[in-house]
Amino acid sequence: MPSPPPRSSPPARAEFRDGVVTVLPAVAAALPFGFLLGALAASKGLSPLEMGLMSGLVFAGGSQFVALDLWTSPAAWMSLGLAALIVNVRHVLMGTSIVRKMERFRGVAKPIALFFLADEIWAFAERRAAERSLTPAFYAGTTVPMVAGWLVSTVAGTLAGAVLGDPKIYGFDFAFIAIFIGLLAGFRHKTGFLPAILASAAVATLVHLVWPGPASIAAGAAAGIAAAALAARPDADAPTADDLDPGAMP
Amino acid sequence: MNLDPHTLWAILAMGVATYATRLAGLIVPPGFATRGRLKAAFEAVPAAVLTALIAPTVLATGPAESLAAAITIVAALRLPLLAVIVIGVVAAALLRATIG
Repeated sequence: MPSPPPRSSPPARAEFRDGVVTVLPAVAAALPFGFLLGALAASKGLSPLEMGLMSGLVFAGGSQFVALDLWTSPAAWMSLGLAALIVNVRHVLMGTSIVRKMERFRGVAKPIALFFLADEIWAFAERRAAERSLTPAFYAGTTVPMVAGWLVSTVAGTLAGAVLGDPKIYGFDFAFIAIFIGLLAGFRHKTGFLPAILASAAVATLVHLVWPGPASIAAGAAAGIAAAALAARPDADAPTADDLDPGAMP
Repeated sequence: MNLDPHTLWAILAMGVATYATRLAGLIVPPGFATRGRLKAAFEAVPAAVLTALIAPTVLATGPAESLAAAITIVAALRLPLLAVIVIGVVAAALLRATIG
């Protein structure tokens, strides 16, 4: 439960500084992933400008890796938009939860804040709201360094990747698989994890063997989600900030 | 510094889709998907999608990819993400060079 807002608001500058101090370790942790994302983007033919636009307008690391894994030339906007929607659908629940704690946010501050609701930003905001009232200044303090770090590291990675050349030579293409396995491990304590991955792996592989192409992803994902829902107990409760492994990317 | 129109449309589609999921918090009722099967379905989405993405490569490409993935999974259970990526990439490169 968020504490009721005190009568005198805390000074915005101190709140902003608190946010910056809170987020800095997460920014440092995200830099290598941003760099790697940029290098992989370069191997798919993206320019530094395109990478920067994606990092600024999407600002969701996991879905950016997924999109680049699926990237074709020319880019297929419908499948990539759909992939981003599916990978990020968990943000619906995160947004629903954090919006209740934004009683100090006025006017367009809420929709602007929600634009930057990456996993870490959300987790830090939830933790802050559990201790005291969440202010726009604190939220901005966590967001500005995270966005800046993500833009700089992904664009720098794209510039470096253009020099490095074909990633297959170094086994670098396997970085996608390794990243997805690493991200999966972070979800392993979630309800329905085991039924979800077993059903998804089986169906995706079978569909891939019969009909190679992107259909295996949708079929596997649907099977995994259905398996988790079927295996669920009806008394599971609401998500909290503790549900989320503090990741290393937006 | 080129900007391909197809790429721009794809980035905009990704951005709109992502912002829609984040903005939905403003209109979704507080009790939505906070318990039971619907919550489990929402929570399983990332794991189900990530698994579907890697399963064909891991299980149906070749012994080098399968073995490298197995090593990566063991690493992911005890090491931070960055170490997992390094181990995975090195394992894939070495195994492809030796067992193909």
